[in-house]
Amino acid sequence: MSTKTYDRQNPAFYALLITLVVMAIGPIYLMLVTSLKLNVDIMSDSTNILFMPTLRNYETALCDFLWYKPEYLRRCDPTFGRALTNSLIIGLISTAITLIIGTMAAYALVRFRFMGRDVVSIWTLMMRMVPPAVLLVPVFGIWTFQFGIDGSRGGIILVYVALNLPFVIWILQSFIVQVPIQLEEAARMDGAGPFQVFFLVVLPLIKPGIAAASIFTFRVAWNEFLLANALADRNSRTVPVTIVNSLTEFNIDWGVIMATGMLLAIPPIIFTFIASRQIITGMTAGAVKG
Amino acid sequence: MSIARTNRMTPYLFLAPAGLVLLFALFYPICYMIYASFLDWNPSQRIGEADFVGLRNYTKLFSDPSFRESMWVTLKFAGVVVTLEMFLGVGLALLLDRNIRGMSLLRTLFILPMMIAPIVVGLMWRYMYHPTVGIFNKTLKSWGFDTIPWLSDGNWAFASVVIADVWQWTPFIFILSLAALQSLPTSAVEASKIDGASGWQQIIYIKLPLMLPVLIVTFLLRLIDSFKVLEVILVMTNGGPGLSTEILSLRINRTASEFRELGEAAAMSNLLLIVLLLLTFAMFIYNKAQDARAARLRAVEEEA
Repeated sequence: MSTKTYDRQNPAFYALLITLVVMAIGPIYLMLVTSLKLNVDIMSDSTNILFMPTLRNYETALCDFLWYKPEYLRRCDPTFGRALTNSLIIGLISTAITLIIGTMAAYALVRFRFMGRDVVSIWTLMMRMVPPAVLLVPVFGIWTFQFGIDGSRGGIILVYVALNLPFVIWILQSFIVQVPIQLEEAARMDGAGPFQVFFLVVLPLIKPGIAAASIFTFRVAWNEFLLANALADRNSRTVPVTIVNSLTEFNIDWGVIMATGMLLAIPPIIFTFIASRQIITGMTAGAVKG
Repeated sequence: MSIARTNRMTPYLFLAPAGLVLLFALFYPICYMIYASFLDWNPSQRIGEADFVGLRNYTKLFSDPSFRESMWVTLKFAGVVVTLEMFLGVGLALLLDRNIRGMSLLRTLFILPMMIAPIVVGLMWRYMYHPTVGIFNKTLKSWGFDTIPWLSDGNWAFASVVIADVWQWTPFIFILSLAALQSLPTSAVEASKIDGASGWQQIIYIKLPLMLPVLIVTFLLRLIDSFKVLEVILVMTNGGPGLSTEILSLRINRTASEFRELGEAAAMSNLLLIVLLLLTFAMFIYNKAQDARAARLRAVEEEA
């Protein structure tokens, strides 16, 4: 990579690049800056670049987790802390479940010829397009009246697993196809059963695919609002739901709300920087071949 | 004997957990929704207590001017947004398809807007559009211009929502078209260069036609996704002012939670689902046709 030579471009080209980068991350930067400001600074008329950055908004949002009590805070509102715990639990558990059963299904669809295989693949492809808004009414009805799991984290996890499975199965298929079948045959020769072949031979080889799939799955579960809003009760609300609930028409506490928004945005930002290559592979798989 | 049986059962065992979840939590709800769209049902009733009303929900929808308005807003939004994003994304890809340092960092920065929560995207833009503390109006004011009613005037609100969506999703088109450009056969481009084609001619006669299959799939993917946009608009305008930004998924949410007409919301979801399935189906057919064409070309090549 380091031996690669780069073409020289004219300065206007670099100016354009810089403009694009500023446009792409400007709003995110603005959110970060606002979350570090006091309300006095946010409301002031002048656009002063210089201000005293403060973590006060984060302290207000996360007061539940702090080991000390900020002296300016009269009463600690535990809503956001609770929502953060819920979001983490729901995101992690639903990602884990989706990946385990999704990889198994993808493996079956790629490696075994069995009755109804094509029908299953077409249906998973179709199900990929179902938007959360379409599921709103039936999921609310069924979860409340038939399964009786509304208002619990389990209920939300179940929807997210179902929502993500088709995509995960579809994307992992393309990775499993690339695993050389000879490896599996060799393992089988040595006396490994189908489950051993899957867990000990195939799984370690498709790690990049699993990384991409888990980022996409976690992202959906972490960011989703509509279904969580319909299903959650006071104790199982996730972060997006609390953010929308705290948005009122007037008198928005921009500092604190931007701090919560930033906290919600941080995990996906970290994933993007760690695994951008896998994310791009996941995005382009299917649309661009070869 | 028992080994042979386990082997035959293995695919079903591997498939069973995923199949069960999809059956109970995705397929069953969708069937349930289709059934519910024929009922007069409000959230306090069990579904068994709701009255069967036949097609009344659908006829009511089509004679309801605010539903037609919201359908129109949805189509307008999808059309405008996807057109703008296609032009910008493909244009940028053609422009930036060069051998430059830091391209992977640039791509990483560009996918950030797609990765963060739509709720947060809505929040950021609502803050920037804020009439007094927002950066746009502050800048306009300090330059001596009149401030713009970004989110409080119908036409401006629609434009603002479009801008936010273009910001969030142009990178998607950009990344897909860049990937397509970089996988083009270099021989075709080289040959056209030797024949003296100018930059524009290369783009119009060589690059774009070769990229076309990917561009069509990208277009369809983005079009399908643009019907799903919900949270960004919910946070920015909640469909207002009036009905100017109330796209269909927002209206479904409102009909279900505010007007408490689950049957009608189900009928709307059903219509949305039909549109999306048609688009998905178009994409599927297109992919199959492409594969068939590639196979035929390969066969011809082998014969020759």
